[in-house]
Amino acid sequence: MNPLQKLFPNIDDWSEIGRACIDTLLMLGGSLALTVLIGLPLGVLLYLTGKGQLRPMPKLYAIASLLVNILRSVPFIILMIVLMPVTYALVGTKLGIRGAIPPLVIGAAPFFARLVETALREVQQGVIEASQAMGASLWQIVRHVLLPEARGGLFAGITVTAIALVGYTAMGGAIGSGGLGDLAYRYGYLSYKSDYMLVTVVLLIVLVQLLQMIGDHIVTRYKQR
Amino acid sequence: MIRFVDVHKSYRVDGKDIPALQPFSLDIADGEVFGIIGLSGAGKSTLIRLINLLERPSGGHIFVGDTEMTALAEPALRAQRRQIGMIFQHFNLLASQTVADNVAFPLRLAGERDAHALRARVDELLARVGLTAHADKYPSQLSGGQKQRVGIARALANRPSILLCDEATSALDPQTTASVLELLAEINRELKLTIVLITHEMDVVRRVCDRVAVLDAGAIVERGAVADVFLHPQHPTTKRFVNEALPEEAASELAPFVRVPGRILRLSFRGDTTLTPALGRVARETGVEFNILAGRIDRIKDLPYGQLTLAMQGERVDAALAALREAGIEIEELRR
Repeated sequence: MNPLQKLFPNIDDWSEIGRACIDTLLMLGGSLALTVLIGLPLGVLLYLTGKGQLRPMPKLYAIASLLVNILRSVPFIILMIVLMPVTYALVGTKLGIRGAIPPLVIGAAPFFARLVETALREVQQGVIEASQAMGASLWQIVRHVLLPEARGGLFAGITVTAIALVGYTAMGGAIGSGGLGDLAYRYGYLSYKSDYMLVTVVLLIVLVQLLQMIGDHIVTRYKQR
Repeated sequence: MIRFVDVHKSYRVDGKDIPALQPFSLDIADGEVFGIIGLSGAGKSTLIRLINLLERPSGGHIFVGDTEMTALAEPALRAQRRQIGMIFQHFNLLASQTVADNVAFPLRLAGERDAHALRARVDELLARVGLTAHADKYPSQLSGGQKQRVGIARALANRPSILLCDEATSALDPQTTASVLELLAEINRELKLTIVLITHEMDVVRRVCDRVAVLDAGAIVERGAVADVFLHPQHPTTKRFVNEALPEEAASELAPFVRVPGRILRLSFRGDTTLTPALGRVARETGVEFNILAGRIDRIKDLPYGQLTLAMQGERVDAALAALREAGIEIEELRR
């Protein structure tokens, strides 16, 4: 008996854990990319249409803001279940990595959008005024002033969102989306195999820790300037 | 030429119109350095922002050259703004970009894509403001004076005909202020650029401006050539600004001279009369005696000037005064 088996008697197939790791990373990568892709423009919209900003539109802002708040207030596990028909319509399955991505994105994008809005508000008003004085168009201000000037805050937002997504993917296990959370739930919780629970939780902690370190590293690089 | 015609501005706060600038008209000539001085809240920030329409007037017309700014649609306005450089109290540089990229920014906004041409123009601009060695630094690595020089280089990038300075030296220490003002004067001379600056320091006006308007509670209360306004301030606000710039001037108030005999006069010399020995000559010729109570000799931009407060006694004081006036000296009689 090798020492690994002695420590974790219930785990006879480590490759299953390896596969779960990859699944989690795929879900995380796919959903994070789509979250940023959708959340960033949504955040810019919230920022621009807000009161006293570059294109104040109170009604549009109120609607977008309400939508964001609704999606943020529904617990993710409920959101996942409610969204099942939408998920099926979008990707043709409710299960697996593909089935997990739509609810993950719909859950995380509004959250990220708020973080984008906050980060953009940190950009000095004077810098925006200076670009207007130089004849910059709204698009040029967004593209060449707001986003670059806020990138420290934006990367911090991406880090926080990525970590929140790790938590969401783990919850996805409950409805059969695969990944580490799925293992922890099925083997660790439902079958009382606590060694499975331990290994998956440790792997999730390592993942979160890694994300935070990478995120912090990028943010400090930009914040120094 | 910048022209304001019956311009006024008010802000709407809680459904009420709060006036910021009373109706005024003003012409600023090509190539001059025009100062607008006022206390904070007097409306000078609003006034300077009317020129490039960062603030829209509530009424009236604003012309820059032959273009009526107030009649332009958005894209035309943006093109026009590229011809008007602006620098700011807090510099407003892009923190995420290097000095060179900050200076290149307005060129890129204007559509310049050729990396070679960009680099050449940026080098030229950085050389003008003396920052060639700092091209690859970030703004946070620079001192306040250096940041403002980057601001100036950036403002000049698109070869504007007008430069707006929004309290450009108010965040700087006196020495740095002097060097930035020198740079502005040099730019004005060499590029024939019209400069409009707002400030709350009379000293800034004295050093670089040709003409000045004094703003008090949203109204222009006094305007004219800097030498006239400076040597003969009329409005109380102007007097306060002038006294601030000349601490000795406080001594020329009459109170300390109660026991000084004779007539008390204030003599103002300008330009060449500052350099001629008129006072001694006239005293010799008319036999009057004089006693200097306070005085100062300095320059208003490039114009030397002097102002002396003195007590004069003798039989032929009136003849002396006439002779002095003859010599081009302005005389105010403070006490007969």
